Amino acid sequence: MGYVAAGYLVTLGGLGAYSAWLVRRAKQLKHDRAR
Amino acid sequence: MTTPPTPAPAAGRASAVLGWASLVLVGATVGLGLVLPRTQEQAEYSRLIAVHPPAAWASYVAVGVAAVAAIGFLVTRRGGWDRVTIASLEVGAVFTAITLATGSIWGRPTWGVWWEWDARLTTEALLLAVLLGAVALRRSLAPGLGRGVITSVAALATVGLLPVVHFSVEWWRSQHQAGTLLAPDPATNADNPYIVAMLVGFVAFSVLFAWMVVQRVRIEALEEEADGIVLDRAIAERRAEASPARGVTA
Repeated sequence: MGYVAAGYLVTLGGLGAYSAWLVRRAKQLKHDRAR
Repeated sequence: MTTPPTPAPAAGRASAVLGWASLVLVGATVGLGLVLPRTQEQAEYSRLIAVHPPAAWASYVAVGVAAVAAIGFLVTRRGGWDRVTIASLEVGAVFTAITLATGSIWGRPTWGVWWEWDARLTTEALLLAVLLGAVALRRSLAPGLGRGVITSVAALATVGLLPVVHFSVEWWRSQHQAGTLLAPDPATNADNPYIVAMLVGFVAFSVLFAWMVVQRVRIEALEEEADGIVLDRAIAERRAEASPARGVTA
């Protein structure tokens, strides 16, 4: 089961990390524009 | 190159709908994938079918969308197409990296190795290298028409790799299995629960891809706007510095 869990963790972790970066970067740019 | 568009409220709503739909569908994919029965051939490792092929599918979709957007930009020279091109290339790199990582994790217990210079693995790694190269090339260029054209050409060159990646398992001897859904021999087809989990994964990752592209396009527009503001300020400062000097010499 270790390999299966690792596969799902890598997938969700990778997609989650990139999604979080997208949201954070958009918020930062909007904040900078508002200043 | 172009004025960044202000996101319309409808676009914001569409993004929210795509985001929530992605969450629900990815959750369903994981739920379906983790409860798949063990198989005689691969024991529980077959459960990776719900994420590995859908990630590969999303990377194909990303490169395809980037190529269509590249043609759109080359024909119309509109900045919107350029933003979709680079957004799709970058999101495609993420999905390609996940495809390689999950494939490696699946290969270790079933093939006995983390990596093999096999036709499918090598061409997939080449695709990732080309996508990362295109994104890096884009970042090294100043905003403008030239950057858009070069990004578009890079996207069109990348899409030429897709048939090589996809048919690599048929063109060369490969350890990687051939297509699961459209296998020529029905005896090698997966059972229904596996196909359902994989198809839900295809839909989930496609919707997630769309959400990511929408977000990345918005970021690109905001960055272009910020670059323009910085440039305008720098030009104004240089003019202000130059004006007194001109006054002295005159």
